[in-house]
Amino acid sequence: MSNLNELSLAEALKGLANKDFSSRELTQAHLDAMAGAETLNAYLVTTADQALAMADASDERRAKGKTGPLDGIPLGIKDLFCTKGVRTTAGSKILGDFTPPYESTVSANLWRDGAVMLGKLNMDEFAMGSSNENSAFGPVVNPWRAHVGDQKLVPGGSSGGSAAAVAAGLCLGATATDTGGSIRQPASFTGTVGIKPTYGRCSRYGIVAFASSLDQAGPITRTVEDAAIMLRSMSGHDPKDSTSLKADVPDFAAACTRSLKGLRIGVPKEYRVEGMPAEIEKIWADGMDWLRAEGCELVDVSLPHTKYALPAYYIIAPAEASSNLARYDGMRYGTRIEGADLTETYEKTRGQGFGEEVRRRIMIGAYVLSAGFYDAYYIRAQKVRARIAEDFKNAFAQCDALLTPTAPSAAFGINAKFNDPVKMYLNDIFTVTANLAGLPGISVPAALDNAGLPLGLQVIGKALDEETCFAVGGALERAAGFNAKPNKWW
Amino acid sequence: MFTAERVADKSDWITTDTGDWEIIIGLEIHAQVASKAKLFSGAATEYGAEPNTQVSLVDAAMPGMLPVLNEYCVEQAVRTGMGLKAQINAFSRFDRKNYFYPDLPQGYQISQLYHPIVGEGEMLVELDDGDSITVGIERLHLEQDAGKSIHDLDPNATYVDLNRCGVALMEIVSKPDMRSAREAAGYVRKLRSLVRYLGTCDGDMEKGNLRADVNVSVRRPGGELGTRCEIKNLNSMRFIQQAIEYEARRQIQIIEDGGTVDQETRLFNTDTGETRTMRSKEDAHDYRYFPDPDLLPVKLSEDWLARIKADLPELPDEKKIRYVKDFGLSEYDASVLVSDREKAAYYEEVAKGNDKKLSANWVLNEVFGKLNKENVEITDCPVSAAANCAIVSMISNDVISGKIAKQVFEICWTEGGEPEAIVEERGLKQVTDTGAIEAMIDEIIAANPDQAAKVKDKPKTLGWFVGQVMQASQGKANPQAVNKILREKLLD
Repeated sequence: MSNLNELSLAEALKGLANKDFSSRELTQAHLDAMAGAETLNAYLVTTADQALAMADASDERRAKGKTGPLDGIPLGIKDLFCTKGVRTTAGSKILGDFTPPYESTVSANLWRDGAVMLGKLNMDEFAMGSSNENSAFGPVVNPWRAHVGDQKLVPGGSSGGSAAAVAAGLCLGATATDTGGSIRQPASFTGTVGIKPTYGRCSRYGIVAFASSLDQAGPITRTVEDAAIMLRSMSGHDPKDSTSLKADVPDFAAACTRSLKGLRIGVPKEYRVEGMPAEIEKIWADGMDWLRAEGCELVDVSLPHTKYALPAYYIIAPAEASSNLARYDGMRYGTRIEGADLTETYEKTRGQGFGEEVRRRIMIGAYVLSAGFYDAYYIRAQKVRARIAEDFKNAFAQCDALLTPTAPSAAFGINAKFNDPVKMYLNDIFTVTANLAGLPGISVPAALDNAGLPLGLQVIGKALDEETCFAVGGALERAAGFNAKPNKWW
Repeated sequence: MFTAERVADKSDWITTDTGDWEIIIGLEIHAQVASKAKLFSGAATEYGAEPNTQVSLVDAAMPGMLPVLNEYCVEQAVRTGMGLKAQINAFSRFDRKNYFYPDLPQGYQISQLYHPIVGEGEMLVELDDGDSITVGIERLHLEQDAGKSIHDLDPNATYVDLNRCGVALMEIVSKPDMRSAREAAGYVRKLRSLVRYLGTCDGDMEKGNLRADVNVSVRRPGGELGTRCEIKNLNSMRFIQQAIEYEARRQIQIIEDGGTVDQETRLFNTDTGETRTMRSKEDAHDYRYFPDPDLLPVKLSEDWLARIKADLPELPDEKKIRYVKDFGLSEYDASVLVSDREKAAYYEEVAKGNDKKLSANWVLNEVFGKLNKENVEITDCPVSAAANCAIVSMISNDVISGKIAKQVFEICWTEGGEPEAIVEERGLKQVTDTGAIEAMIDEIIAANPDQAAKVKDKPKTLGWFVGQVMQASQGKANPQAVNKILREKLLD
């Protein structure tokens, strides 16, 4: 019974179906693990009572034989998703004790399918960051440590709480969001699986907005199959989000074991960046070998505008954020710090309510949109974005999916890059392109590096072709045989 | 079609010691779309509800809320554009206009800067003196209204009512094609009439459902254009005209004193009739417009546009042409009748089965005359169009005389009732029985032998006898019959 929180989501579903254990037992095991893992700072809110009530309701449904696809599965929810009656902070002080009277569509879909909510997961403030050090509630600590020493490492970001909780067995899966890599990079840093689906696959309704044209929800789980199961529940058209796609949701899990024979896998030469650690080069090469062994044909492709992706991203995302975050003005909800007049109230509320990185991005965003700079920055960045999408279109004429590393490094130490935003932004170098082009991308753990830290490989698919991502991801997972777990030091 | 070349009518020039000036005017009209729901949320738009009772989570800009476009509002904008004979853009898009204010919860207004739904068009504007001008339309775009800040409830606080927040507005921008306050008023009147014909806006200026921002500059007639000032938020025809008159004279004064007009936004004080600075060009906001990433571009198919076009009602210009061509009405009468959708509909009901010209004269003189005198709107007219139709029909069929008809109308107005019944019950039917008329005439001739003798020499005095007969018959004798018999008896 003590290992219930080490099961995969798929195994747990089997165990529940076999009545090996109840959802209550499964949920309690996770609540116990959470209680012992406060050092990791993964959860901002634990909803124990609600979790047990939901678990009991699930057990009752199971007794009556009326279960959903995720019935009884305890999950963590990134604190960017609004949850009815449960405080939602987006990792920011500015939201204060904001408690939404509504539920995000994605989380509502999970509850519809029977899942159990354990609590709300820590994150970089407004999903801005690659290390979770930008949370107003303190950094999340990566459950992984190097073989040598006891330095605390970052779990990546912005979905650091989600990744850490999944890696440490504090939930069977977690919701996350990805604007420039915020699902895939933390998955890579924590030895977990994370998929950012096609833009529009999951509704953005009720997810606190960072950059609307890039934000997309997805799951972080311990296996590729788990991610497939969870994503199916999260997905679907939503009339409340105009950018949500009217597309059928396939059985993603069925794709995980699909044969790869004859599949063409592109390897983009521009992703071989200067200064990339040899170990990452090596796992990338290993990945190619594994796929070749599965019957794939490896194809060299070019994505010539890749080097402009990060600069374009750091114009478009802050531009949208500067406008999306204007609503946090202290007038209707959240924190208000009174000033002598309206302007001062705005200044104090927003100056003290937002953290440094959020303020920096709001200022960048306001700058690039301002009169006289709009064409030079925003319009030009949009043109780059169109070129990048074209690059992918051309590449996909030659191949069915792309294989790249997920991140340019393994997890780094807390504070190592905190004061160097440009260095921090480089974490997203391999992931932002999929956001700019709206394409699905999955990160799958491939190996541990020499220091004993996980490294991930990324598979980027065509729009709405998550199934190929899952198929290739599943093959990589099997070939890598990655089953390492962090040593429980917390 | 920018008609900067057009010089104002001389009667509209402002003449000072230094010479003549003309006013150049462009208008931005905000017309609230007649829609039950807001532009991007399902919240109600009804006027006069308790504060903050018509506010959805989207309107209040709660975290994670997203706008969803109300297609009905798009349709109304397109219909209005068609009424303005304007270019309908098959591709349009929404942009965010960013600024902070407590009655703007999102911190931005969703509007259309770069790709408006409607492009250039034009509108024929009839003026009071019977002349008309053509005013170019620059564009029409859809946007959200803001909430309302209430400053006078508490000396130390501002209250915010978000009921109006997110309501759909059509901003209709004219070209600077007007040259006087009366032309501007004519433009607003015509535009108001047009949107009411189309049913796309109720045109209620008192409720602020149609309001104007006025751009005013002055120049020497036909000379170089001057610097313009924008006067915000005028919600009555009178204020629009007052503001223009005041602002033109203010600018002329500045120039004549050797100064230069600063481009700025001004407010009109309805108490003093003056304008004052709201913000100068230096203080102008940088709105940081950019395409709203929460919304998809609006793409209109040719089929859909054709369907909308086919469903348009007959509009005032076409109606007027039909009245002149098919009904034989004068241009002037026709334009008065079509000036308002309700007036035209009323007239057409009166004219149903009747002589069109007679009906027009009746409606214009009797009905509209009475409405003006009593200051009653056509929609509140106590005498229905159907009743007037019956009255006009009775005139045509010699059942009653024109004079009796007026009497019947008065009775209908004050007491109500069916015209036919009134005529019947009160014995107002015209006497066409020549025997009865002849008897009356004989009696009057017999009583006035001297007068009768004079008629042969002075035929004009026949009128006196006509009057006597009409009086004796209480106006019911058929005047033609009376004349005929009198002539036979006194002149032949």
